[in-house]
Amino acid sequence: MNSELGLNLTLLACGLLTFLTRFSFIAGGRRLALGPRLQALLRYVPPAVLAALIAPEVFMRDAALDLSPGNPRLIAAAVAAVVALRTRSVTLTIGVGLVTLWVAQGLLGGAL
Amino acid sequence: MTAPAEFGAHEASARAEFVAGVKAELPLLLGVVPFGLIFGVLGLAAGLPAWAVIAMSSVVFGGSSQVVFAQLWGAQVPPAVITATVGVVNLRHALYSASVAQYLRDLPLRWRVLLAYLLTDEAYAAAIPRFAQGPATPARHWFLFGTGFTLWASWQVSTVVGVLMGAAIPAAWSLDFSIALTFIALLLPGIRRRSELVAALVAGAVALAAQGLPHKLWIIAAAVAGIAAGAASRRLDKAVHHEQ
Repeated sequence: MNSELGLNLTLLACGLLTFLTRFSFIAGGRRLALGPRLQALLRYVPPAVLAALIAPEVFMRDAALDLSPGNPRLIAAAVAAVVALRTRSVTLTIGVGLVTLWVAQGLLGGAL
Repeated sequence: MTAPAEFGAHEASARAEFVAGVKAELPLLLGVVPFGLIFGVLGLAAGLPAWAVIAMSSVVFGGSSQVVFAQLWGAQVPPAVITATVGVVNLRHALYSASVAQYLRDLPLRWRVLLAYLLTDEAYAAAIPRFAQGPATPARHWFLFGTGFTLWASWQVSTVVGVLMGAAIPAAWSLDFSIALTFIALLLPGIRRRSELVAALVAGAVALAAQGLPHKLWIIAAAVAGIAAGAASRRLDKAVHHEQ
């Protein structure tokens, strides 16, 4: 199924699903309102999804868990976390995080 | 003779709202443009053809979900699982939809379709102060159109540039890590309650523990576990503000 046709269909399905998610409440005009239970659940979507995507990038190295201080991505993420909390700036977080990663990689033996 | 004058006034305020929206979006592009470049590079590296990488930026138009799509495609994950995972990653847009719906409810359908299509993290973030605090004028939706269109255009251009640069960026630069850094910048300042912290910690832990699941189902497993854990720990949110 991972052919060109499959790719086209998957792209379309993902695009449609994403559009419908964004359109959901806008579509309803005056009729649709967000119930308190659903609203409470949706609140946890951003932290859960973002943390799920971050964790393996930071804590895994060569397909294995690496919680040691010798993990350059762990060092860079820790520094970036402080910058994110202090400045709330996406640009600064990326900039400082990347520079930290390069320095850590250089100091720790240039692991990619 | 009053009708043309009113029409002219509406056009002028629509243009002013649009320009104000464009200006409000510009600072956010500093984070968006590198992200688009990296998506272009990563998409090719994951084995997607150039046309698909470029098409995805307009068909799906959601940065983090596009990166996930590319990673899953490269890992030969079945299309149904890719679609479900993209759906979960973009589920937060339902929050934005619910939030702006009250300001758009009197617009014609074509406007609501267009603005829903353009409703991304950054377009929403830049436009919501205008809706929530600005005057309720008939042309104010042009502000959201200004933020959304600016983001859309920059995203398309930066994706194409990323595809063209492609292999010219050495892997040793580890630019792919800037995507995780973007998520860190979005995640941490947004956590204001203990239950949200619980949701993030549980999702992160499950993402690591469930890496062995087939088809990269760990993304969905971690998201569902995090959401459930957050909802279950709501009673922790008594005397709170600005947890880290």
